Formats: sequence, C-alpha cells, structure tokens
Amino acid sequence: MIKWGRFLLFLVVVALLGTLMATTTTQVAKNITLGLDLQGGFEILYEVEPLEANHPVDIELLKSTAHMIEKRINIGGVAEPVVTTELPNRIRVQIASQSADQDKLRELIGRPAVLTFRDESGKTILRGSDLAPNGAAVGYDDLKRPLVTVKFSDAKKLEDVTRANLHKRMAIYLDENLQTNPTIQAVITGGSAQITGNYTQESAQELADLLNSGAMPAKLTEKQVTSVGATLGALALQKTVYAGYIGAALIFLFMLFVYRMPGMIANITLAGFTYFCMVVLDWMHATLTLPGIAGFILAVGIAVDANIITYERIQEEIRSGKTILSAFRAGERRSLITIIDAHVTTLIATGVLFYFGTSSVQGFAVVLAMTIIVSIITNVFGSRFLLWLVVRSNMFKKPFWFGVKESEIGEL
Amino acid sequence: MSFNAENTVVRFDIVKNRRKFFIGSSVIIILGLLFILFSGMHLGVDFKAGTRLDLFIGKQFNPEDVETVIKQEVPDVVFTKVTPYGTNQAFTRFDQTISSDTMMKLETALKKKFGDQVTKQVSSVDPAIAREMVKKAAIAVSIAAIGIVIYIAIRFQWLFGIATVIGLIHDVFIPIALFSVFRLEVDITFIAALLTILGYSINDKIVIFDRIRENLRTMKSKTIPDLEHLVNVSLWQTMRRSVYTVATVFFTALALAVLGSESIRNFSLALLFGLVSGTYSSIFIAAQIWVNLKERNMKKKNG
Repeated sequence: MIKWGRFLLFLVVVALLGTLMATTTTQVAKNITLGLDLQGGFEILYEVEPLEANHPVDIELLKSTAHMIEKRINIGGVAEPVVTTELPNRIRVQIASQSADQDKLRELIGRPAVLTFRDESGKTILRGSDLAPNGAAVGYDDLKRPLVTVKFSDAKKLEDVTRANLHKRMAIYLDENLQTNPTIQAVITGGSAQITGNYTQESAQELADLLNSGAMPAKLTEKQVTSVGATLGALALQKTVYAGYIGAALIFLFMLFVYRMPGMIANITLAGFTYFCMVVLDWMHATLTLPGIAGFILAVGIAVDANIITYERIQEEIRSGKTILSAFRAGERRSLITIIDAHVTTLIATGVLFYFGTSSVQGFAVVLAMTIIVSIITNVFGSRFLLWLVVRSNMFKKPFWFGVKESEIGEL
Repeated sequence: MSFNAENTVVRFDIVKNRRKFFIGSSVIIILGLLFILFSGMHLGVDFKAGTRLDLFIGKQFNPEDVETVIKQEVPDVVFTKVTPYGTNQAFTRFDQTISSDTMMKLETALKKKFGDQVTKQVSSVDPAIAREMVKKAAIAVSIAAIGIVIYIAIRFQWLFGIATVIGLIHDVFIPIALFSVFRLEVDITFIAALLTILGYSINDKIVIFDRIRENLRTMKSKTIPDLEHLVNVSLWQTMRRSVYTVATVFFTALALAVLGSESIRNFSLALLFGLVSGTYSSIFIAAQIWVNLKERNMKKKNG
C-alpha cells in the first residue's frame, strides 16, 4: 500500500530546501568574505623591534603597535583590515581588497613617523609626543599654499624652547627626513606652530593624519609578504569555482547512476550540505581562501562517503534477501557507528591541527571541522530522514531503485 | 548474522599475498627516500626564502621580453627562467627577497611594455620565517598523528592504532616522494594538501577497521586461517565502497588540477597522489600490518 502522506512530506521538505536555496544562495555567496588570494589584496608579517634598543617587546607594545597600524590603514581609506598580534614579536596584517593601493599602504604602515624638533646642534628639543591630541591640522599660508599646523599640549614648553632658540633655526624632522628648517622669528606663546613645505592639499592631510595617529611605537620589518593583484585573484576564483562545478556534476551523475533513488537523495542532501556550509561560513565570518575551497572538496568527499557507506550496506542487506524496509533499517543502523567513528577521528585531527598549527593551518582546520559537523547533520541524519520517508511511502519496493539487480539477491 | 560474511566473494586473496604488497611499498619508499636524499625537494619560497612573482600579462607575450625588463629593473639578483602558463600568465622566482619599492618599479616597467592590464602576485618570505614554517608544519603533522593513534587505541585497540599510523606515514610519504621525483614545488599549500590527505586517509582506514571489528564479533576467528579469512572478507565487503569513494573524490580533485587555478595545481596533484596511496594503503598495507601484529599476538598467547 502506497502511503502518499509520507511521500508528500518528502516532497514538501525537498521543495522547502529547494526554495530556500534558490532564493538565498546568491545573497549568502555574496556575503562570504573572500581571502586575498581570491579577490586580491595582501598579507604581511611584520617583525616588531623596539625603537630604543633596551626596551623590551611585550604584549603591550605589540598591541599598541597593532592599534596604530589599524589607524594608519584607515587613513589609507581601507575598511576592515585584519591585524593580529603573534607572540613573541610579530604582527600580521591582512587586507583583502581589490581597490587598495597596496604599495602606498605598505609604505604608510611601515613609517615610524616620529616627529622631532631639533635645534641647530641637532639636539631634539621637542617631540611628536608633545603634540596635543588631534593637534595636527591642515592650514594655509598667505598664498593659500597648504601647510600643517601643530598644536602643543604644553604651551609653556614651546614658549621656553622658542625663547631659548630665538633667531636660530629649528629643524623639523619626520623620522630622519627634514621637513622644513625655519628660523624662529618670535617667541611662540599660544602653543601653535606650523610646518611648511611643498605640500599639496592631499599630502598635507596625510601628514596631519599621520601626526595625529601618533608615532609608531616600534620599528617594523616585513618578514613575509603575499600580495595578489585583483585580476589574478578573480581569475583564480573563477577557474576554481568552475572546476568545482564540474567535480560536483561528476559526483551527482555517479551517485545517481550507481545508487538510483538513494543516490538522488544523496545529491539533494549534498546540495543542502554545500548550501549550509556556505551559510555557516558566513555566520563565522570566516574567510574563504583557495586552500579552503580545496579542503571543502575533501569535505564533500567525506560527506559523499557517509552516503556511500550507508547505501553499500543497504545494498548488501538487500542482496542477502531482506525486504527493502528491513534492509534500510539494518543498513542504517550498522553503518552509523562507522560513519560517526570516521567523522570523530577526523574531528580530533582538526582539533590537534588547530591547537598546534600556524595561522593558515588553523584556518584550514576550522573549515574542515565545520564541514564535518554540517556533514553529520545533512548527509548522515538529513539523508536518513529523507530516505526513511521515501522507503516508508512504499513507492519504491523494487531492488532496482536501490541499484541492486534481482539476480544478485541470494536466498535467505 | 554471519550470512553476509559467508556470501562475500573473495575475488583475490589479499591477505595471503600481503608480503608482496609490503615488499612493493618498501621498494617504493626506499626509492623515494633515495630520491629525496639525492635530489632533494623543490622548495617554494614559503620554505626556502626568496620572492615568487606571478604575472598576469593579459595578452600574448614573449617570456624573454619579460626577462629583459626584469634584468633591467632588478639587476644583480638571480631569478629562474620566466615560465609561461595558461594563455597569458607567467611566473619566476628570485633567490632573495625583493623590496616592495623594486617590485613597484618592475610593475611600472612591465605595464609600460605590455599595457596597463598587467597585474602581479608577489609572495616573499624571509629565511628565518621559512625555517620556522617548516618546523611548525612538521610538528603539527606529527602531533596530529600521535593524537590519532591515541584515539584509535582507546576507541578500537592498540594494534589498530599502530596499523593506522604506519598507513598514514605511508600516505604522507608517497606524495612527498612523488613531488621530489617530479620536481614539483613544495609550498604551504602542499602542507594543507598533506593535512587533507591525512584526514581522508584516517577516514578510509577507520571504515575498513570498523568492518573488521564488527566481523570479529560475529565470525569465529580462533585460528590464523580464520583470521586471514575474516580480514579478506572484510576487505572485499568494503571494496566497492573504497573504490567508489576514492573515485568520487579523485574526479573532483582531477577537475581541480586540470581546470582550477594555477596556485592550487600542486595542491590538487598532491591530493591525487595522496588519495590513491591512501586507498591503497588502507587495504593493502594498514589492514595487512594489523593482520601481522594480530597474528604475532595470537602466537604469543598460544605458545
């Protein structure tokens, strides 16, 4: 007797899943952050050295340096940089963006930007740290040429210094670069001074921003650089996604051909698996990289394997002469422990890799662990539920539907 | 409930021939070791330090023209022959790290020569970092292996754990050896590929060991011939699954290797090598090592 209710429920579940995927996939895919290898951008590992030789590099220094790097990247107009500190003395900067002017940003980040005012003998008399918070701004001279005005927090100090050096030259240095070398004409009492030079509106604004963001508390050396041009990144993404489609199509056809009806269900859950993995990636704000996509291919393999193990088991039971329903029950029960074992072992491996691995290995481990958990939900339990509905609907009672030939069935 | 086992057709006595597989694998491993010792690995910049430059030229070009520009802009630095790939891309490698200023100048010069569509991908690693990365990758893989033995030893049995790990070492070694033989570049994605292989290979071995364990409960295996029959039966019961699973992943990896991006070509190749060696070793090495270990145990108990 055919039980239409069960089959209808099956159709409803599949239709709901289909609708969900059809309406939201594009949006979900768009939300996923692509790694710099897929959209262009760069990653730099800096080694942090203290400015003064005897100052130790501690977590405080690392953090404040990282904070400063972020500030400067924002000056460069790039949103959402990823700046992470790595003990004992490293900072990793990742910027995935098509538009960022990579070389300019790198230069901006690496500049210590220590502002010093020096007297004629070269002695530093004032420092950037004497500046008032947000004390630098763009101003204009009488000829409307841009210049940078700086306000000091301690007007008295500036007054003392200018008095002591009256009618002498005071050089203004940014790092070791002389900016301007004016003669002090009068004692400055208000706490405000000016830096003139050959500035354009833009470069004056950049200098002002740089001064306001303060001096980089440490010296940065580039130790490892990966930079990907936008065209190359897009090309890599396009090619890899295309290859992924072909691979998926092969798996779909294979499953359908070998396992027929259960194969169809495996394909449905596999599509669901891919979709939910994307959703979770989006939730986790994880960044999808090329190795990530490749790791995902393995996850598809493990997910398909869960179906293959179950279906092979069911086929075995059918061949041994059981009815479809009891073959389904036995096959399901006996394959579950195997699949869980295999998933848990892999999960443990990912845990170990996460704990001991470097950052790229960690990213790989997280994505793999996520896919394994999603696979248990979709391709183990989801697929079982759907298959159960179909089997219980009593519509597919012939072994043919399970990819078993009548002649293969032995006598009980 | 042993009807399944009795009905299983053992098309080829794997267990009886296991010595041949051991010898075969040993020969391959020794050859691989010799290759690695004498010709070394072709290390990419991730592990060796230097700068790799990938160029998207965007139209037909002559690699020698690119070399001329490089020689002009980056004098006195040794670099490998500019190798074209795809229809309009190429890469080269510098023996030392190149500063961003120099790279910028080089890009400008290339744009002048080939047009504004030229883009570059640069990857540059300091020697100290390169050494550290090799060390960390090796440590992560070893600790993962130890973790797996412990889990399997607890979940299954000590002997399964040992057999699994020997199989895993086999599976990780084969792609390394093949990369040395074919002079393929080893970079950080290769490590990711090895980890992927590790994951897949564990999965594969667990499935087979699970079936052996299950049959141990339902079939009698008091004598050595019994045990050998049991393992044969278990292997043939899971054979279709082993072949089908590796086939599905294999074709996907093949699609990636042939059609995918250049930067994961080596990853996909490593995956292909690892998939085949993983499936092979699960059946012909790991399971057989378990038979050997188990038999030694049985002899000790009986004798």
